[in-house]
Amino acid sequence: MKEFDPGESASIVSVTDRVRPLAIGMPVTAVHFLGESAAFVGAEENVFLVSGQGEISPVAVHSGGILCAASDGSRIVMGGDDGKLVAFSAKGEVTLLATDPKRRWIDNTALHPDGAVAWSAGKTAFVRSGKGEEKSFDVPSTVGGLAFAPKGLRLAVAHYNGVTLWFPNMAAKPEFLEWAGSHLGVIFSPDNKFLVTAMHEPALHGWRLADNRHMRMSGYPGRVRSLSWSAGGKALATSGADAVIMWPFASKDGPMGKEPAMLAPLQARVSMVACHPKQDILAAGYSDGTILMVRLSDGAEILVRRNGTAPVSALAWNAKGTLLAFAAEDGDAGLLAL
Amino acid sequence: MPELTSQKIPVTVLTGYLGAGKTTLLNRILSENHGKKYAVIVNEFGEIGIDNDLIIGADEEIFEMNNGCICCTVRGDLVRILDGLMKRKGKFDAIIVETTGLADPAPVAQTFFVDEDVQKNARLDAVVTVADAKWLSDRLKDAPEAKNQIAFADVIVLNKTDLVTKAELAEVEARIRGINPYAKLHRTERCQVALSDVLERGAFDLDRILEIEPEFLEAGDGHDHDHHHDHDHDGHHDHGHSHSGLKHYHDEEMQSLSLRSDKPLDATKFMPWLQNLVASEGQKILRSKGILAFSDDDDRYVFQGVHMMLEGDHQRAWKDGEPRESRLIFIGRELPEQTIRDGFERCITT
Repeated sequence: MKEFDPGESASIVSVTDRVRPLAIGMPVTAVHFLGESAAFVGAEENVFLVSGQGEISPVAVHSGGILCAASDGSRIVMGGDDGKLVAFSAKGEVTLLATDPKRRWIDNTALHPDGAVAWSAGKTAFVRSGKGEEKSFDVPSTVGGLAFAPKGLRLAVAHYNGVTLWFPNMAAKPEFLEWAGSHLGVIFSPDNKFLVTAMHEPALHGWRLADNRHMRMSGYPGRVRSLSWSAGGKALATSGADAVIMWPFASKDGPMGKEPAMLAPLQARVSMVACHPKQDILAAGYSDGTILMVRLSDGAEILVRRNGTAPVSALAWNAKGTLLAFAAEDGDAGLLAL
Repeated sequence: MPELTSQKIPVTVLTGYLGAGKTTLLNRILSENHGKKYAVIVNEFGEIGIDNDLIIGADEEIFEMNNGCICCTVRGDLVRILDGLMKRKGKFDAIIVETTGLADPAPVAQTFFVDEDVQKNARLDAVVTVADAKWLSDRLKDAPEAKNQIAFADVIVLNKTDLVTKAELAEVEARIRGINPYAKLHRTERCQVALSDVLERGAFDLDRILEIEPEFLEAGDGHDHDHHHDHDHDGHHDHGHSHSGLKHYHDEEMQSLSLRSDKPLDATKFMPWLQNLVASEGQKILRSKGILAFSDDDDRYVFQGVHMMLEGDHQRAWKDGEPRESRLIFIGRELPEQTIRDGFERCITT
């Protein structure tokens, strides 16, 4: 892997000429790397698999809207408004994992490193273990988000007024973390010490899992839709403001009583964030189509994509951190090799 | 940044008490040959007799917003479903939200005021209430939900008129008008109403808040001259009286209030007054709207509100010769009429 240096010059360094443009031609809502291939998840029906040579192959995965997608690096699992949960492999193979008998929407999905998959339809969360054993659990209101804890088989189910921590393999009563309001996304810190939700109102809420102490992270002008842990989980990068908001999580108190860092402010709303997997660098996409790479230590910026297009809707690094893939809502996409 | 309303998907809210005929109207909208495709959010799967992959079942989930305003509730399920539907933009022309018979339309409407993403992609077109001509009068006495739905409506489809006598019809219309004199009212049998009368109404479009005159009862084809002078003092204490064959009721609980001034308003007084009014009385005020003429302002200002939420904007310049008159209406429950009138008077420049 080559190192790159954002440089010291006052005018912004640009790598826009090194981006390989990709015309997906359809609205894109997410991108994940499967090995060295970037898989762009369309808003409906297709995944567009892009090889290292830039060839785009569309693969039909759903007969309707694709509502959620999660990846563990070897497969992407997606839920659709056709009531189906499917897996997509790096070879472009599609496997049907589950079908909702009432054709309800599959709103959320999550993957566990040991092969377990979770999904939800309405108020019911489902888990299928790596061995194929399936269990389900109902929460009081529609599931807003799902996340597996990094250790053990524990599923966080976000819903109205809090998060339920469910242990599918244990008889123990699920743990309920209460906080008033609608929780629409949920994420564990990589060290398993904190749980953070993105709320319907423009705020995050967090719990320190050791003692369930609350952490309020508010002040956003818009709803937070994109969250990404920096390398090593030292900070949580977030969208929703006209700068990348970075909450410090390096100490045992997390962001309690601390101010967040604000990086790469522009005259546009940050729509997507993706932290580099190994270095203290992140990529940020904005509502005006701009994409910047930002060094966390000093906020130095490199321009990856110019403004003046649809909002950036998908942004991801490959596992090694040598490739950055992105797409705007209108399907105008690109790949950058570092 | 204002976006063209035409790019936003119109959303019609279809409400009505149990058995009034919502599903009949919905089936008509979906089956009629109009060349449009509708996404429909229903609370009861299976009642729709039409196969359509854009029919979505929803559990009405009323969520409070954490903004300290107790009447500020939204439909959480709607936020999620509209978000999902937007992935299929281009596959449908409009959205219809059918509420349960007991639903309060306010959280649905408020979802469009509160949620940024919903606002970006969709616009509330109108609240259409289907009412049962035979039973509505009774429901207005015993079901607060039915009264809410009438008070909130932009369009009222008074259905099953074939099951009542002319006198009963006049009675139920008078009761509706006692609560909401502003909604468009259509008398129907089996919901036979022109779809253009219920869809694409633009009732929440600030540019179209032009007609806020009450819809006076039309005498109708039957034009009955039976002069009821019945002041029925039933358990509900509503007073009916009639002029030239038309009965008028004043519902003691739910009523409307209209204000008018041909002298310009002082914007520095009016705006704080209106904001304070909805902040303190917003629970009682279901709907509000107005066209305003401010002193030293050549533009018309329009606003509308649902409970405590308001939106307003300069609409256009007053035309030459157009009377610069301010008009406001409030529909609500136990409105503090005198307080509102006095407060408004103090905003008029002298």
